[in-house]
Amino acid sequence: MFNKDRWKEILEVLTSNWFRTVLTAFGVFWGIFILIILLSAGKGLENGIMKDFGDIATNTMFMWSRATTKSYKGLPKGRSFIFKTDDVSSIRENVPDLRFISPRNQLGGFGGANNVVRGLRTGAYNVYGDYPEIIRQDPMSITAGRFLNYSDIEEKRKVAVIGEGVVGGLYDKGEEVLGTYIKVQGVNFMVVGTYKKKSNGGDGEEGQKEIFVPFTSFSQAFNRGNDVGWMAITANDGTSITEIKNNIMAVVKENHKVHPDDQRAVGHFDLYEQFQRVQSLFGALRFVAYFVGILVLLSGVIGVSNIMLIVVKERTKEIGIRRALGEDPWSIKLQILMESIFLTIISGMAGISFGALFIYLINTILDMNGPVDMFANPSVSLGVVIGALIILIVSGLLAGFIPAQSAIKVRPIEALRTE
Amino acid sequence: MIEINNLHKSYKMGANSLHVLKGLNFSIKEGELVAIMGSSGSGKSTLLNILGMLDEADSGEYTLDGVPIKNLNETKAAKYRNKFLGFIFQSFNLINYKSAMENVALPLYYQKVPRKQREEKAIKYLSQVGLKEWAHHLPNELSGGQKQRVAIARAMAAEPKVLLADEPTGALDSKTSYEVMDLIQKINDDGNTILVVTHEEDIAHMCKRIVHLKDGVIVEDKKVDQVRASQYV
Repeated sequence: MFNKDRWKEILEVLTSNWFRTVLTAFGVFWGIFILIILLSAGKGLENGIMKDFGDIATNTMFMWSRATTKSYKGLPKGRSFIFKTDDVSSIRENVPDLRFISPRNQLGGFGGANNVVRGLRTGAYNVYGDYPEIIRQDPMSITAGRFLNYSDIEEKRKVAVIGEGVVGGLYDKGEEVLGTYIKVQGVNFMVVGTYKKKSNGGDGEEGQKEIFVPFTSFSQAFNRGNDVGWMAITANDGTSITEIKNNIMAVVKENHKVHPDDQRAVGHFDLYEQFQRVQSLFGALRFVAYFVGILVLLSGVIGVSNIMLIVVKERTKEIGIRRALGEDPWSIKLQILMESIFLTIISGMAGISFGALFIYLINTILDMNGPVDMFANPSVSLGVVIGALIILIVSGLLAGFIPAQSAIKVRPIEALRTE
Repeated sequence: MIEINNLHKSYKMGANSLHVLKGLNFSIKEGELVAIMGSSGSGKSTLLNILGMLDEADSGEYTLDGVPIKNLNETKAAKYRNKFLGFIFQSFNLINYKSAMENVALPLYYQKVPRKQREEKAIKYLSQVGLKEWAHHLPNELSGGQKQRVAIARAMAAEPKVLLADEPTGALDSKTSYEVMDLIQKINDDGNTILVVTHEEDIAHMCKRIVHLKDGVIVEDKKVDQVRASQYV
């Protein structure tokens, strides 16, 4: 592969007309540059939006009860019903492949009235009755103390884990939080832990203003009996919740004598479906990036091919001389192909480097100016770069192929005749 | 060295076909210096191209140093050209971005001779044609006569069986022409077989044998007393 004379010749040919070589190279350079920029911009958007999803287990659905819209088994339509704790066990029995089923109850809501009191301070917070698994479905980092556990559930302890936002509202700065009591609608709970959620964006602040207490204590303290307000259900990895959500809803419909075809009686929000939708959007964006990038690259490659044709034409006589002196046609073909590949790769590498530099600059600017909504850390993976290199080599080969073919198609006698 | 038997060649020109060589027979022995003469259109260049394996005859036999030359693919033809033949052209046909030495070394490069040996040999042949000091000059820095001498050195470099010269003096004034012919005669004196295509009487008479072509047939094939070019230089 390494042949000093061949490389010397390649360089001689390519440097004999600098302006033309640079112009040609620019086509490929620009193509690969655009490809890199488009892909990294897509990735940046993806990163930004994925950050909004946070660490939430995306294979999750939320389910709640509503009024029935069909009469069934002698029961009228328009009937309200409430999930019971029995539903959780019957779902677990009837639907396989479920990772977590968390029944939840809730007090308060966005912009609700003050419901939590500590000393002279009051605040309006969301209070959830939850099982310990919820931390796996809606991840939060515990900043002090601990999260809920099954002893809390079984012994119906009146303990609470509160968000940093709640701490900020109810406590003085530097005040000891753990072991203190807060009064939720007149019932005292001891604070055993504080948490912080990673999610940012619009509801980032709201996410820090939540209070988690054991499900069982919540039911008892606020008189919910066996009622379940809603459920968060996560499927095992490898099974999409979207596929099995109908089975889950069928189980609760059966339990509550709801018509199986009643689509509105059970409300749900399928996070996985949303996630998939966003994913497919990114897929489409990537497709567009590749499509546009490769087309631009292709026009560059056609440029290279054209120039190589002209070079071959210009060197017709020289090629004739070489063949009269006994150069193997294959050697000539190889020479033209190598010139073409060399030119493509050099200009492509320049494109990749400049693309990387551009991404680096954008990242620096982003870092300096703080995070931007829906855009973060634009980047391309090493795989993409290697892919781009392969595309370059292949396109260099393609670009050189026709000129190389035409170079050896000319018979030496004809080549020598052109005076 | 060269054996030709009933050689025919015609060119298709649209609907017509032009019969250029009409059954040529002749042979050239080792060490001969043969001039092929003829007016333009007589077929002398076609003959040279066939002898040089740049073109193929329609029918007839051609044997070069005992090797029958037929049904050659391009790769093989290139190999034979490299091994058996040295070309000298009217328009020199040097590669203009390569120095004189690189031009001379080119046939050796195709033989995959290592670089160092190649350069040594190239210098040797350049000094034989008296251009050692010009080894690193580009062709456009040389005069016409010098260019042709570089071309002769290049043709000799691969130590071919036969040198084929197509109007070697056609682009030169008479003084330089004689210089070049003097060189060719000297090379012939060393025992090399040389074929010169020319239409100039005085150049032809500097060879040892003249083959006269007319309308595709040999009309005359005679030995002549060689005129030494050195007396004019």
